[in-house]
Amino acid sequence: MATATGTVRTERVRGQLFLPAVITGFLALMLGLLGFDQFLNAMTLGAIYALVALGYTMVYGIIELINFAHGDVFMVATFVSIGVSTTLLGQSGAITDIPTLVISLVILFLVTIVIMALVGALIERLAYKPLRHAPKLAPLITAIGVSFILQNIIQFFVGPYITNVPQLFPTQWVFMLGESRVPFLNLFVIGSAILLMLVLQLFIARTRTGRAMRTTAMDRDASSLMGVDINRTIMITFLIGSGLAGAAGVIHGLYYGNTTFTLGFQSGLKAFTAAVLGGIGNTAGAALGGFLIAFIEVAAAAFGFGRWGSAIVFSLLVIILVFRPTGLLGSHTGDRA
Amino acid sequence: MSALLARFAPLRARSNAYFAQHRSLGVLVAVVVIGVALPLISRIPPLGDLQSMNAWVNAFTIAGIYALLAVGLNVVIGFAGLLDLGYAAFFALGGYTYAIVASPFFDIHLPFWPMLIVGAIIGAMFGIFLGAPTLRLRGDYLAIVTLGFGEIVPIVLLNSDPFTGGTNGLGGVDKPVIPGILEFTLINPWPFYVLMMVMVAVTMVVVFRLQDSRIGRAWDAVREDELAAESSGVNTVISKLQAFAVGAAIAGFVGVFNAAKLTIVAPDQFKFVVSISAVAAVVLGGMGNPVGVAAGAFVIYLVQSIFLKQLNTLIDNFNIPVLQEIDFLEFQYVLYGVVLVLMMLKRPQGIFPAKRRMRIFKDSVGAGK
Repeated sequence: MATATGTVRTERVRGQLFLPAVITGFLALMLGLLGFDQFLNAMTLGAIYALVALGYTMVYGIIELINFAHGDVFMVATFVSIGVSTTLLGQSGAITDIPTLVISLVILFLVTIVIMALVGALIERLAYKPLRHAPKLAPLITAIGVSFILQNIIQFFVGPYITNVPQLFPTQWVFMLGESRVPFLNLFVIGSAILLMLVLQLFIARTRTGRAMRTTAMDRDASSLMGVDINRTIMITFLIGSGLAGAAGVIHGLYYGNTTFTLGFQSGLKAFTAAVLGGIGNTAGAALGGFLIAFIEVAAAAFGFGRWGSAIVFSLLVIILVFRPTGLLGSHTGDRA
Repeated sequence: MSALLARFAPLRARSNAYFAQHRSLGVLVAVVVIGVALPLISRIPPLGDLQSMNAWVNAFTIAGIYALLAVGLNVVIGFAGLLDLGYAAFFALGGYTYAIVASPFFDIHLPFWPMLIVGAIIGAMFGIFLGAPTLRLRGDYLAIVTLGFGEIVPIVLLNSDPFTGGTNGLGGVDKPVIPGILEFTLINPWPFYVLMMVMVAVTMVVVFRLQDSRIGRAWDAVREDELAAESSGVNTVISKLQAFAVGAAIAGFVGVFNAAKLTIVAPDQFKFVVSISAVAAVVLGGMGNPVGVAAGAFVIYLVQSIFLKQLNTLIDNFNIPVLQEIDFLEFQYVLYGVVLVLMMLKRPQGIFPAKRRMRIFKDSVGAGK
């Protein structure tokens, strides 16, 4: 009896250790393969993809809608962050004074996240909620329409050019790690993204609302009977998902220093690929998928296939959907694929 | 008015009955009537003042391209109930097929007419190639796979410089020639217009006949309830593949015409927005109704290319500084967006709903899951 329990416990520990071990191994392999600079680059890109992918996966998990407009919500966020930096904070370049920098970044993140969360919830209310009981393709087509409308709004008010985003975080701050230069900006980007993901995991796992989200994803009717307010839960899912896209938008601006109105389509599709790769509906999977996609893209560029990067990612999307629609980590909705 | 209509009622009933029996003849008569009427309508004052007759005829020809794309996509979306978001890929493949064998790039100059058929066959082959592994996916996943395919094809065309000319594409594509009788030119839009009308007639006849055939009934069954169709002996995989192949063949067919008309193919012409314009036309016109979707495409094209352009010149005449800054042509994309959102929310069956009952976009019973 004692040995049996012992085996079960070892099995469970082994199961829990398996994924972290694989991830560590993968990261080490990539570090060796790509070199430190490209590795850091991929991690940063991955952080952005992961944040956007979370929005796709949460919405899909709860109402089985491929929220096509989500990539464009991310794109709009980059423009909102320009507005917040220049008008609200009055900053157009790097802030070297540390206390001002911290306060500015906190305001930048909070305001952008709140604005984008409201935008996302508004889109849900106007475009998706009326179609809650329609066949699935109807809201998908609506979402494509919303995507086009968002792109056009930005194109109309800002113009069809590549626009500079104020890089509040000084890009020249680096420290040396052995031979390699490590910009603090990359660490800040990766760190803040991982922090947001951990907060999200805790929120879903520990809070009442998080539990409501999980039950709604499992069975909407049953959770409604148990007293879960479905409309409110779906609304909150959109608030959080779009808020994360808002954070991703801020990060994109800080890191790349530019944006354009077509940014949302390609990034959105790649983030969606990430969500599918990780197992759509699975938040941990989306984060994992985001980093994987970034590594694939950066590796393709590093080995001279930069022009094929997007094609490789989209081929991967097709291949996963055909052969393993549940993704790497699996999901509760996968069985219906 | 109604008394007048009532006098013609028996005549209408007789003609309706006749054309119900001879639908292909009806299509031919309708295409001839429309083909003659359109240039005449373009002479009516408000329209005639906008641009010359030749410009109108040219615009109608391009509108015809979009109409045929919508008719082809309608086979996939409206008949078989599969959402294809990468339809422009097949259009591109048809165009490149012709451009490769009929341009100075390889210095091969095959004649246009057989290539129309070859383009359709190439389209169908790629339709089957894409469809075979993916068609067992559920609706929204299939939509994303087709979208991925629609993105991959232009990237491949862009990066395969030795065969496709890369960013610049293939220029100087041969125009159609009827040996000894007629050479198509860029200056005279009429031959292309007549050819387009012939292509519309052929496509419409094919589509209507398919719709009424065993294949078409199988599509209806698959669309309404796949499980029931399968248990009634319909091979759903074959049926969906047929829809994909027919849709892709029409796109390839039109792609050849498009390449010959523009005399250039380039990856930029086949972006996502082209696929979406076709989806918007299908949604606007009415899924499942070939005539409706063709009309939808026609209206969308004319609004975006004529009306918005005219709005620009019109606004320029008034001296309103704020409005002069605006390029209304930029609104064509928002047009697609607004069409998609409003139609889905307010009238999912489209302006001209299909006659046969369509369940997939009307209620949720059994359709979604």
